[in-house]
Amino acid sequence: MEPFPQIPMLSYDVVVIGGGPAGMAAAVRAKELGLNVLLLDENDYLGGILPQCIHPGFGLHYYKEELTGPEFASRLARKLVELGVEYKTAARVLEIKNYSDLEKVVIFTSPSGVYQVWAKAIIYAAGARERHAFEIGITGDRVAGIYTAGEAQMLMDIYGVLPGKEIVIVGSGDVGLIMARRFALEGAKVKAVIELMPYPGGLARNVMILRDFDIPLYLSHKVVEVRGKGRVERVKVVKVDENLNEIPGSEFWIEADTLIISAGLVPSVKKLKKIGVEIDPATGGPVVNDRLETSVPGIFVAGNSLLINDLVDYVAEQGELAAEGAKEFIEKGGIESKKWIKVEKGENVRLLAPHYLSGEGDVYLYLRVSKPMEDVELRVPEIGKKMRLPVVKPAEMLRIKLKAEEIKNTEKLTVEVVKA
Amino acid sequence: MTTYRFTCIVCPLGCSIEVEVENGKVKDVKGCRCPRGKEWAVQEVTNPKRVVMSVLPVEGGALPTVSVKTAEPVPKEKIPELMKFLANLKLKAPVKAGETVAEWEGIKIVATRGA
Ligand SMILES: Cc1cc2nc3c(=O)[nH]c(=O)nc-3n(C[C@H](O)[C@H](O)[C@H](O)COP(=O)(O)OP(=O)(O)OC[C@H]3O[C@@H](n4cnc5c(N)ncnc54)[C@H](O)[C@@H]3O)c2cc1C
Repeated sequence: MEPFPQIPMLSYDVVVIGGGPAGMAAAVRAKELGLNVLLLDENDYLGGILPQCIHPGFGLHYYKEELTGPEFASRLARKLVELGVEYKTAARVLEIKNYSDLEKVVIFTSPSGVYQVWAKAIIYAAGARERHAFEIGITGDRVAGIYTAGEAQMLMDIYGVLPGKEIVIVGSGDVGLIMARRFALEGAKVKAVIELMPYPGGLARNVMILRDFDIPLYLSHKVVEVRGKGRVERVKVVKVDENLNEIPGSEFWIEADTLIISAGLVPSVKKLKKIGVEIDPATGGPVVNDRLETSVPGIFVAGNSLLINDLVDYVAEQGELAAEGAKEFIEKGGIESKKWIKVEKGENVRLLAPHYLSGEGDVYLYLRVSKPMEDVELRVPEIGKKMRLPVVKPAEMLRIKLKAEEIKNTEKLTVEVVKA
Repeated sequence: MTTYRFTCIVCPLGCSIEVEVENGKVKDVKGCRCPRGKEWAVQEVTNPKRVVMSVLPVEGGALPTVSVKTAEPVPKEKIPELMKFLANLKLKAPVKAGETVAEWEGIKIVATRGA
């Protein structure tokens, strides 16, 4: 079967889409497992978002030392090259087609033209996209000077351009806080960080940045309007109550020439949705089994496309797991399980993956809580598993290992985070 | 007497620490569950240090900048001075990741990306 006779054809066991840490780790592992693999990335360089994350804080688990984003990326890239993994940069995937279990097509454009790649399995590691100003309900003038944090980060840390001088940042997650530090270091004035929730969204080590640079943090506040002629001139901020409703009369204006939106990431899964992959509304990524296979057989997913990770270490781990899944899928013509164990969210668990376990191997569950709590136990009551934790925060992803022999005789598992 | 309050970052426990300082001397440290936290808290109020990162322009590389970091943490109050020093540097490709590209008051500035 060749539905696109006019397009040059390539053929591989596995195509990996995305050359960030998830995709690179997947391609390396696939190659080590003896698969014939091609990695594609639309950027001119490998590494995904890591080359622009120039701060330290990467790799403590995976490499057992603290690296910056570019350092983490170049270690993986070096391994990739040493192993002789085939990859193409400036190669943008336009479409995925799923003809049958072992017949999949990836269509991509590149400087040398358009290609179709036939593969038996696909590992999708295209990362995430950032939420934009309009998605969080900001109204006002259409002006220059509004960036997402990632856009500003790329301008500053790849192209060496300072996006503005007087900055307001929306969102106190790690990305927003890290950007606050970069602006302040490079001589811009960060006038405020505005956070909707009553607590900061980032890790404690990043919240400290605000104190380092005397940056005011407004908790339980939101930016609702931007005004300016041609460029941002001022932004309107309003206080919210415990139900996140605006408090009338509490609004005030902050003068600024730049507004940075750091309001969270959303797994980038459009191309998967198009081929009917089932999406979990809680993670925003696909519903997966313990090999990170989606509801479409032979399509695997890893990294921020699966769920938003705060640690690159878990992203790389997921890439490796997806590669192992792809190997099994290709060899056996499918992922075997006599029965799938469904994993359900219990008390104070906002999101969770994987969703189904085969019970045939050890597995890591990744989860996030809905609200911060102290002195808690993470429990899986069906198997009597308990893990004591002094603090849990929505900002910090939890990871728990379940052993094959612990779970093989259950039909369902519930994960809950409750007072110890 | 001044009381400094912060969240410990030595480990994920994130203890809420209070440090009391009188005439520049640490009087009391409360709230931390381990000696490492206490040591960090004392350093945080007496001589806080940070690893500093930035980018330097590079001529003839694949990207217009190279990212750099200090090879060791720098006293916090010296950071603005260090940033001014970095602002005047320009590099020429090739630069290798891990290469020392400059030195400032005995502290090595190391490239974290190649060009
Ligand atoms: C500002 C910031 C700070 C962070 N700080 C830390 C930290 O201190 N420590 C830590 O451990 N983690 C940190 N993280 C998290 C970590 O970096 C990410 O979780 C991780 O990089 C995600 O990797 P990924 O491979 O899933 O996605 P990405 O790195 O986003 O890679 C996805 C790749 O897919 C490519 N792609 C997308 N669509 C297509 C297509 N159609 N065709 C071809 N290619 C495509 C993209 O070009 C991109 O290169 C931080 C993240 C951010 C944003």
